[in-house]
Amino acid sequence: MTTYKAFILAIVTTLAFFTHLPVQAAEMLRVVASFSILADMAKRVGGDKATVRALVGYDGDSHVYQPSPDDAKAVARADVMVINGLKFEGWLERLIKSAEYEGPVVVATDGARLLEVEDDHGEDHSKTGQHSHDHGLSDPHAWHDLRNAEVYVRNIARGFSHADPGNTRFYGANADAYVMEIRSLEAEFRPRISALPADRRRVITTHGAFGYFARAYGITFRAPVGMSTESEASARDMAKLVRQIQKESIAAVFVENITDGRLLRQIATETGAVIGGTLYSDALSGLDGPASTYLDMMRHNLRTIIGALGS
Amino acid sequence: MTPMEFLIDPFIEFAFMRRALAASLAISVGCAPLGVILILRRMSLTGDAMTHALLPGVAVAFLLTGFSLPAMVLGGFITGLTVAWFSGAVARSTVLREDASLAAFYLISLALGVLIVSSKGSSVDLMHVLFGTVLAVDDTALFIVATIATLSVLTLAVIYRALVVECFDPTFLASVQGRGALVHMAFLTLLVLNLVGGFTALGTLMVVGIMMLPAAAARFWAVEVGRLMVWSVAVAVVASVAGLLVSYHAGLPSGPAIILSAGVICGFSMAFGPRGSLWTRWRTAPHFVR
Repeated sequence: MTTYKAFILAIVTTLAFFTHLPVQAAEMLRVVASFSILADMAKRVGGDKATVRALVGYDGDSHVYQPSPDDAKAVARADVMVINGLKFEGWLERLIKSAEYEGPVVVATDGARLLEVEDDHGEDHSKTGQHSHDHGLSDPHAWHDLRNAEVYVRNIARGFSHADPGNTRFYGANADAYVMEIRSLEAEFRPRISALPADRRRVITTHGAFGYFARAYGITFRAPVGMSTESEASARDMAKLVRQIQKESIAAVFVENITDGRLLRQIATETGAVIGGTLYSDALSGLDGPASTYLDMMRHNLRTIIGALGS
Repeated sequence: MTPMEFLIDPFIEFAFMRRALAASLAISVGCAPLGVILILRRMSLTGDAMTHALLPGVAVAFLLTGFSLPAMVLGGFITGLTVAWFSGAVARSTVLREDASLAAFYLISLALGVLIVSSKGSSVDLMHVLFGTVLAVDDTALFIVATIATLSVLTLAVIYRALVVECFDPTFLASVQGRGALVHMAFLTLLVLNLVGGFTALGTLMVVGIMMLPAAAARFWAVEVGRLMVWSVAVAVVASVAGLLVSYHAGLPSGPAIILSAGVICGFSMAFGPRGSLWTRWRTAPHFVR
């Protein structure tokens, strides 16, 4: 009889041990963010109470990302997911389903001031009067406006508080401090951007990610005509672009971190436009790079643009 | 638009068109004659296989130096030579034939290259960065391609006789001079040099396409090796100019446009060329065709 009792006791203690495990682990909030910029924000809000993993890492391209089994595992074990939304991470829905993740998903762009997608082909969708809730038509790169970053941070803090109510005040305080930093960056650069001469406010980048930046600071971003990351350029497109730069008096051409800069460099030598350096758009640079955090990225982009257009 | 404007204006107006033209002409002169030798030796697929084999060296050089074209060319050259040398050595000393051993070594090298590219821990399409495009030829790329073309033509002139003999009768050359292996190695070195220069500056499709398609087309216009080479260069030059013009006027990607132009010439030659084409075979009796 005693052996029987000991056996039951053993089972009960084992069960207790196992049921206790998640509680222990839950002390650190497990956060999976879809890409590096969100991960950086989540780290700032989560502080030492959260472990944050980014699915698309530094210098990665969210548009062509392929999830690994490791990523699926991380998603399955997450307490909170942070995503940008607006179809920025098209692959994520399938990943969440296949990993059988059923926890909360923080959509960082909820409530942000959104921008309708500018159509490259000349058709104008912006006059259809649809509100920003129509996600198919909104530009997802909303973090390039510092005022939207505040919305991102608040959404993340709210999501964390729901998932881990015990630390609500902690997340709230972190978010407040972070928002203060965002605002002071905005206050530092806005006057300097406004001081740029009006005839030098047109630039070209390879990646159409800067719609929000353009709206916030009154800089016109032109895409190189007919060139995408995927397709190979034709000589006609190159010729059009060279003419476009000359006709529209484009002041600077920026090479992005995720696309081949060779074409742009060629165009810059041809037209005499300034090569403005690298703007970071969809991913942070590595830790030793100039844009290892979201705030550093914004500071770097603002400085780079001011540097090129002020010269 | 007058025909002259159609043909000349793009090159007058745009520097990138002139650079693209210069680079494709250089690669035509350097690569097309090598293609002729490859076809004669029944090694037509070697060029394609070798471009894959170059990947690890190019990738390592890229990861070490950032983006330095000379370093990438050097890296690719070293791996390419290693693969060529190993597959040659294995073919000569084991039961494995040359094509099989090349297949083995290029696949090993390719796998290694993909591994290195992926180990960068980022999903950026490194391949996209590693391969050049015809429209983005900068001074360095142009210099590299032109240097390689010059070297290639000069070296080919020196080893030409021995190479041709080796193509048709390897045992003869080995018996009189014992230099067969040396000539073969010199040829492989040239091949690797051209491939690596071409693919970092202009892209894989460009370099392999310009190497093989004009050579295949030339086969229907001439018999003697020297003439085959002249024909192949001529076809490559015409295809380069035509492809760039098509790309400019019709808005098609330049690399594929050039290679498809070569393809059209090749197809035409297969059908109507004076030597062993479909037409000559149809015209003459089914027997006694050379």
